[in-house]
Amino acid sequence: MDYMLLRHREIPDINQIDVYQKNGGFDAFKKAVGMQPDEVTEIVKTAGLRGRGGAGFPAGVKWSFMDKNNWPHYVVANADESEPGTFKDREIMESNPFQFLEGVAIASYAVGANAAYIYLRGEFWEVAHFLDEKIEEMEKAGLLGDNLFGTDYSLRIYTHLGAGAYICGEETALLESMEGKRGQPRVRPPFPPSQGLYNKPTVVNNVETLTSVPYIINNGAEGYRKFGTEKSPGTKIFSLSGNVNKPGNYELPLGTTFRELIFEHGGGIPNGNTIKAIMPAGASSSMVVANDEALDTPMDYESVPNVGGDLGSASVIVVDDSISLDWLINKTISFFEHESCGKCTPCREGAYWMKQLTSRIHSGEGTQEDVELLKDVATQIRGTTLCALGEFSTMAVVTSIERFPQDFEAKV
Amino acid sequence: MTKEVTLTIDGKEVTVPAGMLVVDAAKKAGIDIPVFCYHPKMEPVGMCRMCLVEIGRPAFDRATGEPVMEDGQPKINWGWKLETSCTNPVSEGMVVKTTSEKAKQGQNGMLEFLLTSHPLDCPVCDKGGECLLQDLTLAHGPDKSRFTFDEKHHAQKHVPLGDSIWLDRERCIQCGRCVRFQSDIAGEPVLDFDFRGRKTEIVTTSDPGFDSVFSGNTTDICPVGALTTDNFRFGARPWELDATASICAECPVGCNTVLNTRREARSGGKIVVKRVMPRQNEQVNETWICDKGRFAEFNIDARVTEPFIGNEVSEWNDTLALAAEKLGAAKADSIFLADGSLPNEDLYSMKALADAVGGKALLYSQTGGGALTTKFGMAPGAGFGQMGAETAILVVAADLYEAAPIWWLRVKQAADRGATLIVATQAETRLDKFANAVVRYEAGGAVNALGSAEIKDAFAKAENTIILFGNEGMDLAASQELAEACADMLPKKQGLIGVWADANTQGAWEIGYEPVANLATTLKGKTVYVAGADALVTAAIEAADFVIAQTASMTEASQKADVLVPFQTISERDGTFTSGERRVQRFYAAVPPIGESLPGFVITAQIAEKMGVTLEGVSAAVVFENLAEKVAGFAGLNYEKLAEVSEQWPSIGGTCYENKQGLGAQLPMTVTTR
Repeated sequence: MDYMLLRHREIPDINQIDVYQKNGGFDAFKKAVGMQPDEVTEIVKTAGLRGRGGAGFPAGVKWSFMDKNNWPHYVVANADESEPGTFKDREIMESNPFQFLEGVAIASYAVGANAAYIYLRGEFWEVAHFLDEKIEEMEKAGLLGDNLFGTDYSLRIYTHLGAGAYICGEETALLESMEGKRGQPRVRPPFPPSQGLYNKPTVVNNVETLTSVPYIINNGAEGYRKFGTEKSPGTKIFSLSGNVNKPGNYELPLGTTFRELIFEHGGGIPNGNTIKAIMPAGASSSMVVANDEALDTPMDYESVPNVGGDLGSASVIVVDDSISLDWLINKTISFFEHESCGKCTPCREGAYWMKQLTSRIHSGEGTQEDVELLKDVATQIRGTTLCALGEFSTMAVVTSIERFPQDFEAKV
Repeated sequence: MTKEVTLTIDGKEVTVPAGMLVVDAAKKAGIDIPVFCYHPKMEPVGMCRMCLVEIGRPAFDRATGEPVMEDGQPKINWGWKLETSCTNPVSEGMVVKTTSEKAKQGQNGMLEFLLTSHPLDCPVCDKGGECLLQDLTLAHGPDKSRFTFDEKHHAQKHVPLGDSIWLDRERCIQCGRCVRFQSDIAGEPVLDFDFRGRKTEIVTTSDPGFDSVFSGNTTDICPVGALTTDNFRFGARPWELDATASICAECPVGCNTVLNTRREARSGGKIVVKRVMPRQNEQVNETWICDKGRFAEFNIDARVTEPFIGNEVSEWNDTLALAAEKLGAAKADSIFLADGSLPNEDLYSMKALADAVGGKALLYSQTGGGALTTKFGMAPGAGFGQMGAETAILVVAADLYEAAPIWWLRVKQAADRGATLIVATQAETRLDKFANAVVRYEAGGAVNALGSAEIKDAFAKAENTIILFGNEGMDLAASQELAEACADMLPKKQGLIGVWADANTQGAWEIGYEPVANLATTLKGKTVYVAGADALVTAAIEAADFVIAQTASMTEASQKADVLVPFQTISERDGTFTSGERRVQRFYAAVPPIGESLPGFVITAQIAEKMGVTLEGVSAAVVFENLAEKVAGFAGLNYEKLAEVSEQWPSIGGTCYENKQGLGAQLPMTVTTR
């Protein structure tokens, strides 16, 4: 197929600048700089590009919220990629880096930013060094720096490494971390487009979101909308993992069904097992029952809620019938307990409490009361937390107990 | 004209200034939303989630901007989840439910979470009885825990932070008030969080630990027993304590305090001061006191408890008679020497006696300029809390952090709010980093430094100007010269504040005491009636011929006095101090007098009586009334007026005491031209 994002799968060595340039590279950036910044934003808005980091917020709308009375403006690319089951941004940055950087550049031009930052999770230090090299190549080629393409627009891109905290994928915690403070989310409102990095208007976008932008500028909103659905246009990289024969990243139009992803592309379930559940949004998922209705559901932001889940970052983890969910939620809860930043009471205390319970239940020392208590505690956390980490930590727990009670009855 | 907003909280309509937080608006309406991390003097952080409420906002048509109506009422859009009332400012037409089923569930849920790993320390925790967690648990908490006891998270329990504060990491509920107080209010970020999640704990980032003279305030605002003071550790239970209003005697700020006392076996059945706590007075110290005042010693070991003639204990009558005889003989050659530690009443009585016999009333002080501060000190109604961008503050020859910490704090906060601050000193001070400009000079260069461009510029541009002056590296004459130069610089002839050594030096100046340059020469061969510790200890006293000492501590110097009369400390009697800002404030007797000691003015009156001079010798209130008649500026004041209180906002709770016994009164400007 024609790849929009994972173009290295068709064009070898596209991570080399001359190859990228030969394949239409930086045409979009040059085109954008020739337009009015607001025009660029309008195109992205009309194209309906939705944030690919998990929230699905329309990117063009976010760019239009930037406070024009407060300067300077910043663009920050969220390359923290820490959601378990998500590994798409890494592939983009390693194999198609220039398209990502071009996306960053176009976004910066659109919002009037002269400095853009890429915040990478600390574990991606090799990726960061690699991007530094690519940025330098762009500078040498006159694609970054002062007075680009004979205009008065200047742009520099910098990489910045985190230090191993999932919470720094939350945009305001990310900004706090960049400012040298403890990576903990801020109270919102205000949101980053009014007060972001150093309290200046900032667009924070996911890597995949930004990588989609050059295609939109080159082919227009209509060209982008040829793919996907009306409310969820474009292509998405689905990170498929878990009990599948061919885990990996698959770029497909939004609206592709789970069945197609898991069985056609993913090669189905290994060892002759039967599919049991799907976690569409990585560890922050609800546990979707993998019945026919679910399997035939299109993977887009509107349809997945119909089967009791959310598309999120489209990190599809497949669970087969060899897995008992008490084991699985013990794993996800351990993750959230470890990653909780500790700022707010319900997540800090609640995640710790849930971990005690899931651990006890999984070890066989739990009772039915413990299972009910676990569900109760998770429900008590919902709707009270400072950020989404606490909220999402409860999804898999509550839905597993509700939809797969037999897995827990067996353990107590 | 501040814009006002009307909203409904629990069915009550309330109108408040725009920008006020929902939690404060509720307080104004008499509704107490439970909080932990919220503190009205700090930026809200929405961390503890205890203040969750239901908030609904009127719906507006996006296209027309008109409110959407339903059944003749504005349609209310309720949030899909509970919101923290501390992070939401009020908006017109907002509807808030703080005690609905849903809100209660949220609040109770948060409290249950906090109690899961909180240790069952109440029986041994100093905070018990004045603990916000205890109080809110009674209102919102489960009476039984659903958490498995053995799974509780444990942390270090006796972590000394510096010399004065103990940290119990297990009790800490990670509200962040202490970190935020040190960083945002005190400007000394010596506390921080470390680690994350359930392992988050408080650490001190300074060496020595908790290096801040304001550290004790964190024990007031800590909602649990995580931060406690060393001097009160296992000291008493709050419900056993009586609270008496007092004024801190350590420096000229005049912080309002409360002395907590109880009768206890371990002090031999005596009633003793167990601790000093802040008392709210927004004009003086807000809700804070510094560690010097908080940890001041009250139960001095070596007290003078009986009258002495030479080294012999003697009867009061004989002692007073001898003093009267000597003073009567000396007449105009008698010297009445006092320092600023004496209350107004004692100072006034001594001066009255001095006047009656024609003797001299001298102030023991190394800093001059009081005649100027009495003429144009802090204008009434003005205060550090009101200062912002329109004010220029000059601190010259004084290290406020050492000499008057709460003024340091208030000046620093004024600078935070935009006041132009200039520090002009010989040595570096902790105020330098908050100043817009720092002027350094060599010894003797203070007056010249006043002419520097930064100071001239700031004073030209400012609407209000304040100068705080000290005596860094100067003698009396030099500091007098400095004060005069400062007074010349003040365009409105107001705002001159002396950073005196004692709590009531300003009072002494007001009453008419003056220092002399060469004290030893002046005292040589004279009969000296000396009151106050510093005055007595001065080497110059050796020059005197006959010394009548009125003091509380038994020291080498007091043992050398010819006549020694035991004098009550301010915790044993009523009286008043005049702060450096010219505010007169009352303190009250908190403990019974030690031994045979008497208030200073009583001793003076009894000596006077034997000299044929009549002075009030029973009631401090009457002495004060007499003072008010004779001393310019005190006119119209009396003990009732000084005991008046008015609403202090914000209402704090915690262990800062409500001010029920008096806000004091600012003395009026006596002269508007010099």
